[in-house]
Order: sequence, then structure tokens, then C-alpha cells
Amino acid sequence: MTSSNSIDSVVIRFAGDSGDGMQLTGTQFSNTSAVMGNDIATFPDYPSEIRAPSGTIAGVSGFQVHIGATEIFTPGDEVDMLVAMNPAALKANLHAVKPSGYIVVNIDAFTEKNLEKAKYAVSPLEDGSLQNYRVIQAPITSQTIEALKEVAVDSKTKDRCKNFYALGMTYYFYSRSNDTTIKWIEQKFKNKPDIIKANIAALKAGECFAENTETVISTYTVPVAKIPTGDYRQIDGNTATAWGLIRAAEMAKLPLFLGSYPITPATDILHELAKHKEFGVKTFQAEDEIAGICSAIGAACAGSLAVTTSSGPGMALKTEAIGLAISYELPLVIVNVQRGGPSTGLPTKTEQSDLFQAIWGRNGEAPLVVIAASRPNDCFASAYEAARIALQHMIPVILLTDGYIANGAEPWKIPDVSTQFGPIQHRMIDLEKIDKATFHYMNRDEKTLARPWVVPGMPGLEFRMGGLEKDIKTGCVSTDPRNHELMCHLRQKKVDLVAENIPLQTLEGADSGDLLVVSWGGTYGSCYMAVKKLQAEGKKISHMHLKYLNPMPKNVETILKNFNKIIIPELNLGQLKTVINAKFGVKAKGYNKVQGLPFKISELVEVFNQELIKE
Amino acid sequence: MSEACYTRKDLCSDQEVKWCPGCGDYVILASLQQAIVNTGKKKEDIVCVSGIGCSSRLPYYMDTYGFHTIHGRAPSIASGVKLSNPNLSVWVITGDGDGLSIGGNHFIHAMRRNINMNVLLFNNQIYGLTKGQYSPTSEQGKVTKSSPYGSLDRTFRPGILALGSGCTFLAKALDSDPKGMTEVMTAADLHRGTSFIEVYQNCVIFNDKAHDHYANRATRADTTLMVEHGKPMIFGKEKNKGIRLNGLKLEVVELGDKYQESDLLVHDKHNEALAYMLVDASQPPHFPMVLGVLYQKELETYEFMMEEQLKTVKAKKGDGNFKELLYSGETWSVK
Repeated sequence: MTSSNSIDSVVIRFAGDSGDGMQLTGTQFSNTSAVMGNDIATFPDYPSEIRAPSGTIAGVSGFQVHIGATEIFTPGDEVDMLVAMNPAALKANLHAVKPSGYIVVNIDAFTEKNLEKAKYAVSPLEDGSLQNYRVIQAPITSQTIEALKEVAVDSKTKDRCKNFYALGMTYYFYSRSNDTTIKWIEQKFKNKPDIIKANIAALKAGECFAENTETVISTYTVPVAKIPTGDYRQIDGNTATAWGLIRAAEMAKLPLFLGSYPITPATDILHELAKHKEFGVKTFQAEDEIAGICSAIGAACAGSLAVTTSSGPGMALKTEAIGLAISYELPLVIVNVQRGGPSTGLPTKTEQSDLFQAIWGRNGEAPLVVIAASRPNDCFASAYEAARIALQHMIPVILLTDGYIANGAEPWKIPDVSTQFGPIQHRMIDLEKIDKATFHYMNRDEKTLARPWVVPGMPGLEFRMGGLEKDIKTGCVSTDPRNHELMCHLRQKKVDLVAENIPLQTLEGADSGDLLVVSWGGTYGSCYMAVKKLQAEGKKISHMHLKYLNPMPKNVETILKNFNKIIIPELNLGQLKTVINAKFGVKAKGYNKVQGLPFKISELVEVFNQELIKE
Repeated sequence: MSEACYTRKDLCSDQEVKWCPGCGDYVILASLQQAIVNTGKKKEDIVCVSGIGCSSRLPYYMDTYGFHTIHGRAPSIASGVKLSNPNLSVWVITGDGDGLSIGGNHFIHAMRRNINMNVLLFNNQIYGLTKGQYSPTSEQGKVTKSSPYGSLDRTFRPGILALGSGCTFLAKALDSDPKGMTEVMTAADLHRGTSFIEVYQNCVIFNDKAHDHYANRATRADTTLMVEHGKPMIFGKEKNKGIRLNGLKLEVVELGDKYQESDLLVHDKHNEALAYMLVDASQPPHFPMVLGVLYQKELETYEFMMEEQLKTVKAKKGDGNFKELLYSGETWSVK
């Protein structure tokens, strides 16, 4: 007995062994939904061990998809349907499933051995522990092999097709068309007709099984979302960052140079940039993090748009070199895809605990610009913006993203590059336009205090520069006490003046009220959704999401002071809160979580509500 | 690069040179300037990149582009400069502490990558700028302020390290021999690939005469051997000593009745095994300190291959089109 219901949104999590192809299955489900007109957000959750022993909890790899008929900002709080390919996947993910949610289990994998590996004394399918959920038991492995018995592939390959069988089941449950996936399979395996046949057969067999199974009570349709018209594509944060940098270099008419060392979760930026040599991108995989940034500094000295990418531990190693870039007053983009810390911490889990490090983490008075991306598709604009500021102000810029938005994917309205993300003026001098007799590399622009960018190869302008303090006029080494003080103020002033070259801060909601939620970085989606929900209930709550963290837009103080209370939710122990309270003399409260997990919308709604109720 | 006509003076910056009186660094600076005069490269195309230490002040004194960087990192910054603009002539200026201790990792990777740049290592076997602690090239047992009972560290041999890391040009020189030093610097600058030059430099304050037993002008002819490609290995004030291969060992012999020139080894700078043996054997007074160009190998440079990859991809894919990139893969329209 089946019936079709329409729902606003649904969250599905695919979970299995690292080798079960769950990332691919989730990606297919989200691509199909995006093409069908839903808004989506996704989040992969994979173990830090490449291939932990199969069947164990450490080896479970998951991929969560949130699809909706309205705009979707997060990969979702609670899971409506969990697809568990083995007992370990069930055990590792059960906590995320909402009460009376669906659980699809591959019963073929519930063998004694696998139960033991997942540390189940008794099968959870038999002991009543799942009675609050709606469990759909499917013989996914055996049915896949049965469906492929006519196909000329070996038994190992047949077994590998079981993820498409599971995908097929979910397609039926949520009324998805299989067109996009079939097209993808045909393209991906175009020279392997038997593999195409096998995967499509498995996909269709899964759909058939779901249709025929008596256990399914309802199927669900997620109607098309009302989203702005235009051309869309899916993008994850790291790819968007890479593309933003390519665009900035193209628009600044400069070669792009990346000096980097592999580190989770930032490495995909290196991978993506290494692919695009047709844009003249030079990528240099250095021997360590320090060499990564130092090679980038060298490239900036020589006239490239220079970039280095890393995560927390790597950022720590780059610290001294960042100070050098500040001292040299060079344009340099430093991307930190944040992960859980301290030390090696939680490499594959998200956190936003490197804000202090970004703003202050260097020896001496060493100010620089810090900006943060808010969601996967915002990484594009943020990377372009980081490069723009660096080039126009001759200053290093740290771009903070995090594991959550770097690996998360969502649809992106493809920008019209004929009108957006246009030319970037920079400070490299034009030899034709200067008077060599009066020119000096320390002569600053009045508005920005940026020095001109002189690079080796320019005749008659040879100069020497070091990390030693420089005379404010001549650039020569100087230990003069007053000069040092002037230079410290100058470097700070340069950062402050960036505030004249960034947009004013905007707000979601009224510009005064009972509670202001202040957020930054990857928590944007959950904060935005929670505030919207409370606004719809008539609460006097507004949301300020900061992209520019150092310096902040000029109107931030005014905004803060128009609210009775301020709350700052962060995935750290209160770093932005500390900065804001110190800077503006306000008494913002923090709401903090450091579990390596993003905020749930529901938890924020509750926290904000409590704050609104409190006297 | 067209040739420039400079005198050594044209390459002196307006900065007062501030090394200790009598420091070997003065000779190295002058020799470097002379080598650049010899190769005729234009000063706007020359970049000197240094780390931290006495040696690393050198870029301030050169009227070329110069970057005094951070401790140990000069090879990395220089790599970025050269990869960004392969037309530049890049010199890395480093010392035994800067290059082999804190910057050891960058040193070995620079050697293996073979980016066309020159690494000039001032080896004074001591930390000078921090006022006298033992360095990676100090002899074991050395008494310094940080090793009052003698250092326990064994000694690094820079030449062996460079060869083991895959360097394509190895030369050694003495600060007491500006002519010989200028020659190897000139040869290094003309070599395509990473050139490593180790200069034995005297620190008059903290390690005076550390190299004296072979670098002393009065006795040097008998304690050093300047090798030349294709020429027999002869040395000595009277040109009466030579090197011969005895089994798998190098041996010093007197020329005369027993051994003639024809018995001696002829230097082959392309022979890597010989280069190892020459560096290893250099232990005055038992064996002369071998100087000159010990090893050279023709190998494609990193930056050339990097540029070739870009060209190949562009030839295949065409120049990058950003709009096409945005629309690559799956896209859909919302109407």
C-alpha cells in the first residue's frame, strides 16, 4: 500500500564502509535533486583513516543530503532517512536519525562477523532497539547480484554495484527521476559497456524493490523550490575558492601562483588549481608548510598573485613567514580551511577556532586583513575579494573557510562574469608611467598607504628589502626607535584603511530590537535559518553575519549598540565574542560548541528563544 | 638576456658594509660581484635571496634586487621568485647554520628539484650572529658557549649532502682565494640547474683560523687541490704531488721515478662517484682539500618543465576561458 505525500524538505544520509561508494551515492542523489529544481545542501562525513578496517565503526563513511522546496542553507539537523550498508554504519549514525525516521538496512551485511566488528552483542534488528524507527530491511547485496546475473562482469564488480541499488531505492521513496544518474553512468564508463549495464541494472532493481516492498508506507515528493531564475551548478567550497582565485588573477592580469603542502581539509584547493594550467596557474607542492608560504612570498616578490593554502597546524608553521609578508608589504592570499584543534586535533571535522590565530597569531605588532566565507558557494566571492584587497592594499589577507563549507556542496547561481567579478586594479607600477628620478618603492598611496609594487626585472629600480625594520622613507634597515614606532602605526593604519574599501555591514531583519545574533564563517546557514524562524513568529531578532573580521565594516559598532542583547554563536569557546566585546565595549554573550559538528537550526532556535525570554 | 658591461663597483649598493674587519665575507662579496661582471647578466635581472646570519646580510650590499628573508627559508623564497619569473638570475646566500640546520629541509629539496639558481653557502663552522655556538659543520668535541664540555654532534659534510640530494653542480672554494672563487661562481652562474657552492669562510671573531690548515696562503698550494675537468689531478707548490686511484681508494702520490703524470687521475666533473670520493677524501693534512668544480650534470630544470607543462596543456585545451569553466560539468536552468 503506497501513497505519495508532498513535503518541504528531507534529509537523507547514506552510510557504509569507506569502500562502499557512499560519497558517490550521495552526490548522485543531490545532483538529481538539484536538476529536478530542489534547493540542496550536502555534507560528506568521512573517517580520517583512508581505509580503516572494513566493517568497523572507524571505517564508516557518510554523506548527508538536504533537499528542499524552499531555500536550503544547511545540510540539515536530523536525518529523515538513513541508508545503512552495514551494522557499523547503523551504529555510527543512528543518533542522527529523528524519532520515527526511516532506516534502510542492508540485511545481507548483518552477519555475525559484521555485528561483532560493530560491537553489537545482539543484532539491533532483533532486539527491539529500533522500535522507535521505521526500518526497511532490504537484501541489498544479494538482490544486486541476482539482478546482475546476466551481466558479464565479475562477482567483485557486481558486489560493488550495490550502492546504485541503494540509490535506486531512495529514488523511488522520494520520487526522483533516474535520468541524471543514468546519463552520468553512461558518460563516466563510456568505454566500459558492461559496467554501464551493471550499474543501471542495479539502480533499476533498487527502484523496483522499493516499489514492490510492502514495508514502505509512503513515498514523498519534494516540490520544486522557488529560487531565483538563472543558470545553476553545484559547487563545493574548496572548488569555489580555487575558482575565485583563478578569476581574481585573470581580472588582475597577473599569473596565479600557489605554494602549498597537502593538509586535510585544504588539499582539494591544490588539486583543483593543479588542474587548470590552461589559465597559466602554477602550483608548487612544496616540501613543507613553511616552504609553501615562502615560495608564495617569493612569487609575490616577483609579481604573481601569490597564494598559500592550509589548515590549522600548517598555519601555525607559516606564522613567521606571514610576519615577513607583512614586513615586506606584499600582496599574499593565505587560505585557512579550519579544522578541529589544537595540534593535529580533528582533521576531518569542522571548527572555527582559528580566529584568534588569524587576527593576532604572530610575533610583534603584525596586523593583517582577515575575511571569512559563509557557505560553499560564497567561497568564490570571498577568494576573489581576498585577492582584491591584497592586491589593492599591498597586504597579506587571511581567508578563513572551514571543513564544513569546504567539503559541503550546494547549488550556485552561476555569476554573469561579463558584469560581475570584473577587473582588479593593483599596485604594480607601469614603467612607462613613472618618473624614475623621483620614484621610490616606499612612496605610498595617500588613500591606502600601500607602497608601489616593484618587481625584479624592472631596470633602474633595484632595491633591497628584509624582515629587519625599514626606514619609513628610504626603506633601508633602521633601528631608530621613533622610526620603528612610526612603522608599527603605519602597518596598523594600512589594515584600518581597508575599511574604506569594503561594503558596509548589512543586517537580516530590523536595525534595532531585542536580540542581535552575530555570526561569522560557516555557521551562517544555521544562524540565518534559526533567526528567520523566530522572525516569522514575530520576535524582535536580527542577524548580522560578518564577512570582514579585520578590519570590520565601519558601521558594525552602530549596529551592535542598537540592540538590547547580543548573542554570538560560534564553533569555538568564544573568539569573535571576545574580539567584539573588547573592541566595542559591549556585553555580547556566547553560545559555543566544540564537537567537530555544525550547529543544528533547532538548537539555535531554542538558545535564541531562551535569550529572548530571559530578563 | 643581453649582456651588460659592468665594473665591480656598479654592483655595490649605497649601504655601508658592516661585517667585522677581516671577515671572509668581504672577499666573497667582491668575488660574487666580479662573477656577475663576468657573466654579463643585467643587474635588474639579478635577485639575491638570503636567510638569517652574518652571510645573509650580503643582499643589502649588492646593487641588484635583494631579499633578506627569514632563518633557513631563502631557498624556498628563491624558488618562488624563479618559478614566477624564470628570466631572473637568482642567488641564494646562506651559511652553515642557516642552510644546513634550520633550513636543512629546504636545502635538500632545492638540490633535488634542480631549479636554475645558485646556492652560495658560507661555511665558517660556527654560529656568528648569535655569538659563537657550534654549527652543523663544526667538528665533534668543539668547545663553544653552548658546548662548554665539547659538542656531541657529528659533522655534516655539505658536499656529500648536496650530492646525496641530487644536486647537478657542486663546487668548493676558499675565501683566501678570490680568483678561484670567482671562477667557480662564474661557472655556477652559467650552469643550468641548481648550483651549489661551498665557500670555506673565516670567522675572525668566533672561529678564527678554523680553515687555516688548508686555506692559509703560505701553505695552501700543498694542502689544496684545484680540480679542472679533463686535467690530471696535480697539486703542490712544486707541482710534484698528484692523486691516483688505488683500488677503490684515492691516494696521494709524489711525482717522480715511481709515478708519472700518466698514473694520475684525470678529473671528470661528470662522474658522480668520483665527486663523492673527492669530497669524502678531502681531509687535510692526509689528503688535500679538493676545490673547484667537483661535479656537474646536465639535467632539465624544474622551471623549464613547469613552463612546458603549461604550454602543453594550453596547446591541448586552448587558453583558459572562465565562462566555460563555470559551465563545465552539470548545469541546469531555473526559469
